[in-house]
Formats: sequence, structure tokens, C-alpha cells
Amino acid sequence: MTASLSPGTEIYPGPVSARPRAVVPDGAIGPTPDVEIVDVTKRFGTVTAVDRMRLAIAHGEFYSLLGPSGCGKTTTLRMIAGFEQPTEGEIFLDGQPIAGVPPYQRNVNTVFQHYALFPHMDVAQNVGYGLRQRKIRGTEERRRVAEALELVRLGGYDKRRTWEMSGGQQQRVALARALVNRPTVLLLDEPLGALDMKLRKEMQLELKALQREVGITFVYVTHDQEEALTMSDVIVVMRDGLIQQMGGPTELYERPVNRFVADFIGTSNFIEATVVEPPDEGRHVAVRSARGLTLRGRVTDDEATVRVGDTVTVASRPERLEVVPADAAAPVGAGITQINGRVQQGTYLGDQTEYRVLTEEAGELIVRHQNAAGAGGAPGVGPGDPVIVRWQRDANLVLAG
Amino acid sequence: MSAPATSVARAPEGASGVDVAHGGVRQKKDRVGSLVEGWLRGHAVLIYAFLYIPIVVVVVFSFNATDRRVTQWEGFSLKWYESVLNDTVVQGALANSLIVATSTAVIATIFGTMAALGLQRAPRWFRAPFEALTFISIIVPEIVIALATLVFFSSTFDILNSLLDLKLRLGFQTIIAAHALFNISLVMLLVRARLSGMDRTHVEASYDLYGTPWRTFWQITFPQLLPAIIAGSLLSFTFSFDDYVITTFVSGAGSTTLPLYVFSTIRKGVTPATNAVAAVMLLITLSILLIGQIAVWRNARRSGQHGAQASVAGMITEQSG
Repeated sequence: MTASLSPGTEIYPGPVSARPRAVVPDGAIGPTPDVEIVDVTKRFGTVTAVDRMRLAIAHGEFYSLLGPSGCGKTTTLRMIAGFEQPTEGEIFLDGQPIAGVPPYQRNVNTVFQHYALFPHMDVAQNVGYGLRQRKIRGTEERRRVAEALELVRLGGYDKRRTWEMSGGQQQRVALARALVNRPTVLLLDEPLGALDMKLRKEMQLELKALQREVGITFVYVTHDQEEALTMSDVIVVMRDGLIQQMGGPTELYERPVNRFVADFIGTSNFIEATVVEPPDEGRHVAVRSARGLTLRGRVTDDEATVRVGDTVTVASRPERLEVVPADAAAPVGAGITQINGRVQQGTYLGDQTEYRVLTEEAGELIVRHQNAAGAGGAPGVGPGDPVIVRWQRDANLVLAG
Repeated sequence: MSAPATSVARAPEGASGVDVAHGGVRQKKDRVGSLVEGWLRGHAVLIYAFLYIPIVVVVVFSFNATDRRVTQWEGFSLKWYESVLNDTVVQGALANSLIVATSTAVIATIFGTMAALGLQRAPRWFRAPFEALTFISIIVPEIVIALATLVFFSSTFDILNSLLDLKLRLGFQTIIAAHALFNISLVMLLVRARLSGMDRTHVEASYDLYGTPWRTFWQITFPQLLPAIIAGSLLSFTFSFDDYVITTFVSGAGSTTLPLYVFSTIRKGVTPATNAVAAVMLLITLSILLIGQIAVWRNARRSGQHGAQASVAGMITEQSG
């Protein structure tokens, strides 16, 4: 389970950043985003579910709204769908403001968490429902329903009862029922939550492929960071109704802007420190921890101002750290940090072994060792052993937030 | 799972006497348990016998060939049915009953369903008192409702008749109104139970797929409510069909229903003819129930429901649970 945290998926192919990005700055001239959320706040009584949100969702991309429960991701989705009205602010769909437009007049379709398939209709009737509401009937309806079922690999299932189908199949019916209408945006509300692990992984890849194929903008709500990393072009990390960070999977993993993101996406080691040298042109700073460990690293947030004396957090990913026996002759090079510690625990995870190492200078550090063939972990390292933990300077992520 | 033989040593607590399935694997030391179980089983048989033997007797004796002594079996004959069904008074009463019951069922179903839908949308502070009132109106003794409606009808009719020079009086319309009154609550209760058990996301899914509220109601909500609506209308029909107390208070000349007729005949003693009328009533009621059950069952099979949602009786007990 934890093995999957380190993203084997992180090497995202180039096109992601090459394509026009969704982050449309104010006043920028470009294609109209499919959805634009402008300073939207949603309050339920005294609870603020979404707080002055600004987001532009570009055409044809796979967006994920990622965050823990209660972060406002589902509320955002429901406001786009029209089931909730913003307390303040405005949402634009295809450039048109949609305040007060009921859900049934919005060219947006949703795949619900538990699919919400109509139990008294067969598969074809379910899929054709949206078409019939728009007076598309008869041969045209049948043709498009068959096409949509073909798309989700359920050709020939027309007459089946939805409740006779497996979770994965119901999921596909729900997808077909939404996609058949060719919406501007497809909203997906944790649709894979009810499926078992293996099927979920399969569906993730399939969903991504499907999205590429149909070219419709997907907005996907999830609390599963791995799911978001696997599928998304753009991930919007939310917490308490506020957007924490937004970017491609690689960017979020490699350059989280604050501790929440660094912790929520993947696993991180955190070291509290104080800035001792101002940033250079490359925004590298020197910091010192309370226990006197000096580290250098890059400030991840380009917008943050960092001054000498500021308190920051240095994050590092477990797979960027290396653990060797204390007596090993390890060359100390420039930009390498080395500290002594003792192994508390070693957990074999198959492809990796996770060590928890207690160090004097940095507290407990999690180190992930990529296992070589035939080796059950790092050579000569076991629980209770004195070890050296070492890492390159570029593993240090200086979080200003 | 391990074989049941090892685990069935003791009867599970709360298992009723009708649990026959494990009888064969019971062990010696459980003698007390099996005694209790046997006793409970016998008890259950007695209860059903107590409930149904009188009905069976009525039906059997309606085929009695006797001319005088109703309790003495003198051979099989259909002559009482012949005489009853050719009796214009019985025919009239039966027609009256069918008219009243059908009208009541239609009115109670429509208004009860609408009331349930209305309440569903109402805010809680508004809804709660009305729900309580609905329950109470079912619990209130029939005789009280009968008296209250009678007083209401006669006093309003008096006023209206004298003011507007009308000729309103008790009859079909007052029976139907009174029957509809107590059956609306019943339909409401059934439909409300079904409504609150319904998945709200189906409605949202329909909106999402361009279904207007009106179309969403007819395509999504109504089909899912149908079993409760059918159950409600059937119950209304049967309750109205065999109602005596309220009917006797608010009926007028020419609106004698079958129960009123039966009651008037037994004052002269029970005859096989009375039995035959009762059997006919039973047949009508059961047929109606059967038709409804088939409708509910077919609906359930189409949408994959089981258990309580797949039977009229289940629908009725479901709301009280």
C-alpha cells in the first residue's frame, strides 16, 4: 500500500507542460476556459465550504480536485453542476455566467459517487435518458447509445438490468450515460470509491485513456492522491475551502509549496529550521535546524518572500534519502548531507524497503530503499543498527508556507 | 464455513418457534430448548387456526344445501349463491359498495400521494406536526371519526341548505368523503415511507441529464413510488369496501352498502345467504389484493427489489418499522 506512494508514475510525459496551461492569469488572452470560477465563496450556515475560489479549467484537460473530506471539493463540483448556488462570486461555463441556471439547463454531466443508475430502466434506457430529455429519440438515440456503450466496452449490454451488473460495469454505464450527451465538462464525484483496489487501478488508466479519446474536459473529485497523480493533467489541492496548490503531478510532487501539500501528496520527512542566509538568484537558501543541522535547499514557492530569521520547513522525500551502515566508507562530496542514526524499524514492501531511522539532528527520518534483485533491503542495515542517512542537497525542499 | 452440526447445539436466542430448519441436527442436552420450540410451534398453529377457521367455516357453510338450520351441513349446493346474486337488494348493495370503494380509493390515492409529496418538500418545523396529525388520525377510534363526520355533515348541510336553499343530504357523497378522509392518512403514510427511503441522487441524476422537475417526477420519482401508491389504493379500497361503523353513521336512504346489508340481515339470524354474501365479499377483497400484489411484484422484478419492497404486505409493514 505505502509502496505506491512513491510515484512510479511521476515521470509524466512532456506533453503535459507543453500543452496550453489552465492557469490563465487575469487579463490573459487565450481560448475561453470551459469553466471559470471567479471569487466563489459557498457558506452553509456558519461553515465556509469554499472560500474565495479562483479557478480556470481549460478545454480538454483532466482536472482533479484533491483534498481530505470537508475541503470543499465536492461542493465545488456541485456548484458547477448546479445543485448548489455560490453564496458569492460567479461561475462561467463556456464563457457564460450560469448563476440561477438550473442543472437541467447546463451542458454539464455528472458521474455520481454511487452511480445513481435508474433501477427501473435497463442499460440502454439509462444511457439514452439524457438524449430523450433533449428530444433525441428513435434511431438517433439508439445509434448514440450503442456508440457510447461501445466506447465504455459494454457493447451488447443494452437490455441488461443495471442491478444485475458488477460495480465496474455499473461504473461504465454511468460513464456512458454522461458521455453520450457530449457535455462541455464531465464531472466525476469519487466514482471509483466503491470499487476494489485492482479494479480501481484498471479503471483509472481506462478513464484517462477515455478522456484522451473523447477530448472532453474532466473534473474529477477525489481524496486519493495516488488516483489524482495517475490520471490528472492538473491537480488542484484543496483544504478548508482554499486552494493550496495547483499544477501537474510532477510539479506537485517535486515542488510542493507548503507542508500540507508535501504531506498530502506522497510521504515527506519534515525538519523545522530557521533561515540563516537569504535566497540567491536560484532561490536557494541556507537554513539551520534547532539541533544545529545546516541544510541548503530551494524555496519551492516562487511567490513566497523568505528573509533571514524566518521559520521554514525543509521537506524531503523518503526515496531521495539513502541509508548505509555506519562503518561504510561513504565519500562525502559537495552538497551531500550525512547524519548518524539508528534504525528503529525496517519494513519490507516488495519493491522497496522502508526504514525508520532515529537521528540526533533531524529526529525520525523515513528512508525508502529501492530493492535490488535478491536483496531484502539495504545491505548491512537492520533494526537496531547504527547507520548513516545521506542525501543530496537537491532533495531539500524549503517550504515557506 | 464449518458444518452446521457443530454450531447448532443451542437454539439462538430470539429464534421463534417457526425455526424448523435445524430441527434434525439438534442434540440431546438441548431437550428444554426443543420442548420450548415445540410448544411455540404448536402455539403458532393455534393462532393461525384461530384466525382462519371461522373464515373457512363461513365459506364452507355458504355452500350448504340446508333450508333452515344454518349450522347443520346437509350437502353441497350453489343455490344460496344463486339466490343471493339474483337478489336485487344484494345487487344494489354490492354496486353501492363497489362505487363507494372505488371512488374512495381513487380520491384517497390522489390526495394522499399529493399530500405526501408536499410534506416531503416542506421544512421540518412545518412537516412534523402534520406527520403527527396523520398518525393520530389513524389511531383515533373509528366511532369518533364517524360521529365527528356526521355532526360536521349535518350541521354544515343545515346551514347551507337554509342559506342557499339547497337540498344537500347524506348519501353516497358523504360516505365517500368520510371514507376518503381516513384513507388519505393511510396512503400518505405509505407514500411518505417510500419517499423518505428513496435515493435523492436519482432525482439529481435526472436533473443532471436535462430532466425538468416535471419530467423527473413522472420518469423517476413516480415509477419508484408506484408500489406504495398501489398498496395504498388497494388498502383504501378494501378498508372502504368493508367499512361498517363510519358508513352506518353517514349513509342516507338508497346508499346501503354490502356491510350494512349483511348487518341488517343477521338481525334476523344468520342464514346460508349471509354466508354467501360474506364469501363474495371475501372473494372480491382477495382478488383486489392479488391483482395489486401481481402489479407490485412485476414492478419489483423490473427494478431488482426484494423482500419488503416486493409485496403489498411488506409495503404496509415497512412503514410501521
